[in-house]
Amino acid sequence: MDKNSVLEMRDIQKSFPGVRALMGVDFTLKEGEIHALMGENGAGKSTLIKVLTGVYTKDDGHIFLKGSEEVNIHSPQDAQRLGISTVYQEITLCPNLSVAENMYIGRGDGSTVNWKDMNQKADKILQSLDIPTTAAAQLSSCSIAVQQMVAIARAVDMECKVLILDEPTSSLDDQEVAKLFKLMRDLKAKGVGIIFVTHFLDQVYEVCDRITVLRDGRLVGEYEIADLPRVKLVSKMLGKEMDDLSDIKGEAKEYSKDDASEKVFEAKGLQSNAGISPFDFYINKGEVNGFTGLLGSGRSECVRAIFGADKVIGGSVSKSGKPINISKPIDAMKNGIAYLPEDRKLDGIVGDLSVRDNIILALQVLKGFFKPFTKAEANKFADEYIKLLGIKTASADTPIKSLSGGNQQKCILARWLLTKPEYLILDEPTRGIDVGTKVDIQKLVLKLASEGMSITFISSETDEMLRTCSRLIVMRDRKVVGELKGDELTQNMIMSTIAGGESKE
Amino acid sequence: MNTLKKITSNQMFIPLAALLLLIIFNLIMDPGFFKINLVQNSAGNYVFSGYLITILDMGSELAILAIGMTLVTAASGGQDISVGAVIAIGGSVILRVLCGTDPRPEVLKAPIIVAFLISCVVCMIFGAFNGALVAFFRIQPMVATLIMYTAGRSIAAWINNNTLPVISPAASETFAYFGGFIPGIPIPTPVFIAIICVIITMLILKFTNLGLYTQSVGINENSSRLNGLNPEFIKLMAFVLLGLCVAVAGLIKVSRISTINYSVIAKDIEMDAILAVALGGNALSGGKFNMIASILGAYVIQFLTTTLYKFKVSADALPAYKAVVVIFLVVMSAPIVRDYLEQLRKKMAASRKEAAES
Repeated sequence: MDKNSVLEMRDIQKSFPGVRALMGVDFTLKEGEIHALMGENGAGKSTLIKVLTGVYTKDDGHIFLKGSEEVNIHSPQDAQRLGISTVYQEITLCPNLSVAENMYIGRGDGSTVNWKDMNQKADKILQSLDIPTTAAAQLSSCSIAVQQMVAIARAVDMECKVLILDEPTSSLDDQEVAKLFKLMRDLKAKGVGIIFVTHFLDQVYEVCDRITVLRDGRLVGEYEIADLPRVKLVSKMLGKEMDDLSDIKGEAKEYSKDDASEKVFEAKGLQSNAGISPFDFYINKGEVNGFTGLLGSGRSECVRAIFGADKVIGGSVSKSGKPINISKPIDAMKNGIAYLPEDRKLDGIVGDLSVRDNIILALQVLKGFFKPFTKAEANKFADEYIKLLGIKTASADTPIKSLSGGNQQKCILARWLLTKPEYLILDEPTRGIDVGTKVDIQKLVLKLASEGMSITFISSETDEMLRTCSRLIVMRDRKVVGELKGDELTQNMIMSTIAGGESKE
Repeated sequence: MNTLKKITSNQMFIPLAALLLLIIFNLIMDPGFFKINLVQNSAGNYVFSGYLITILDMGSELAILAIGMTLVTAASGGQDISVGAVIAIGGSVILRVLCGTDPRPEVLKAPIIVAFLISCVVCMIFGAFNGALVAFFRIQPMVATLIMYTAGRSIAAWINNNTLPVISPAASETFAYFGGFIPGIPIPTPVFIAIICVIITMLILKFTNLGLYTQSVGINENSSRLNGLNPEFIKLMAFVLLGLCVAVAGLIKVSRISTINYSVIAKDIEMDAILAVALGGNALSGGKFNMIASILGAYVIQFLTTTLYKFKVSADALPAYKAVVVIFLVVMSAPIVRDYLEQLRKKMAASRKEAAES
């Protein structure tokens, strides 16, 4: 073990039924450094963190800590005792206890508490870390950032050598992030090794010293921050070598024809309460466009704002030139907009209801409370779309939750196609479904567009977007940062626009 | 084997099996339980009498409440425990309108229908109060309705200045019809009221989307919203409809005795109504429901109560016996037990197959 390292993980293996989540991953954390752990969804970041914190037990591999032989971590308590502390994205403290209580809860050695002593010690730590709160304050009265810092203070006081910050900045504003970064730098100066997991590229380049990139459960590499420009980082995360990639020309262009001048939907300065910067947007008749960007860049939040799924707090929208008002999903539906949500389980299916009820739901709601479809009508719709989209189900009466992911997705697609929308938004329609269905959905999107439907298509896979979209809106850190069309639609351009910053050099 | 599984997994299986069990028990203990006589009642009319008639009669309020409770359970994933107390309010309102300030009126101060309609409005307002707490303030239904559960009977007493108004036959003979008999008809009126309520409910479920919307909201609120539904409004509506059911049950309750006892009227009926929903095989966590099963569940509970009374179980001891039923039901419907039984069945099938092969 290198003498500068506080933590070394070697050849870590972890499998779950059906998936190999980690395949021989190495990870080294040096004393007094901030080390970014990067990767797209499913790359294995959280699995690696959970192995390190004892939530999961590794199948194979070795973990070494400074000053000790190989260690075995079987539970979060083990990890804590060894000086590995984690601060999660969501606050895992108790909001109704005081700051001091939160810092010392579960750490007493006996059954008695010396309150005065505890408060004094807590105040001292808070002061030394420059955290703007007092030991006696109730935690819920502090801002999220301060709560986050208290969680860190708790970790620091437990004499941690390794501090893991799992997306701590997702719910913080710019000023709060700055405060958090200051705290991180202070800790770094004290020799703590910090593992920083985040989706925000700007933040990585602001505070981190080194980067480890994972992809599909494998280690891609470990880099000094100076050696890895943003574009390279993005290409490593996505697994596309910049130069090898010949431009995949989309078949999409042939469909974006002449009557494409009519703006079916237009938004100006649209803003929702989901924390995205106001953005302008339009889509033409028969056009397929898409939002691209890394996970968490605000792609979904944009389309949710268009559909009224999040609370719209600013901006104006118009349909074919006429101003309209969309404050909730039903308004959007009445204006011919349909939205297939990103999270199929949470926002899409109504699990216990039958395939039939799931398919007719949106059209039924549009038709009205007092006008239910007869059983025959409902069956006709369901059978038509089960056949059209090739949904594999025992019958239309089967509860949708017992179908496979791909078939559930087709049902949700059927639900919206049934409403005959003018503008269809598909947010990650192909995530977690088999390859055959993916291709089906892509083909369907192009076919619908050629028939005059406007479609916004979002996917984490750039290939897919290049194949279907004729215009891409690029997002970074919750802002629209660019628009690509025509010849600009290449992997290289997308990546450099996503990366932003130094890419133009 | 498969047909057996089909039968046992049907939602109507539990209430029907419980009913069958009760019938068999009574047949063995005393077949006289099922005898129905035509007797002359105190008003001089010939009416049917017998335990079965009692069950149908006394089960009416419960069946009507079960309708509303099923909707509330489906949409909100929780239960309203204030129905008994709101029945007291509804009953009190009816008496207040009919009697005015005179607790022993010579003549009614308003037509019965007016009194009933006012009571409906009041009960629906209280339903809306509960519903608003649940839908907009996102308070657990049981906690939200605990407020009315606690305060309801005091409000009921306050409406009549803590007096106990009595509607004497001299003031109105008709008033007693709703909880008793209409001259010339030998079947108790509450039975008809319950049947009318059930028919109306079935028609509403057939000719509106009430069923689809409440179930959808109960199963997945997020998706429902993204499909254009307004989950808050639908939850509120379920509570308001329960309020209407409560008003009808309140009319029957006060009509039965032509007066009111604020602390006793419809006492503990909320627990029976919730039990009816559970006995009907509906998940108390909301979502899919079967209305007929809930209504059947209500009558099964009344069957049990009447059976226990027949065997001279005192009113005080009654809840203990019902508790046994509840424990059995809850344990049987727990996923852990269902999985275990399913495994047991598979194991038995496997060993039987083995035995057949060797």
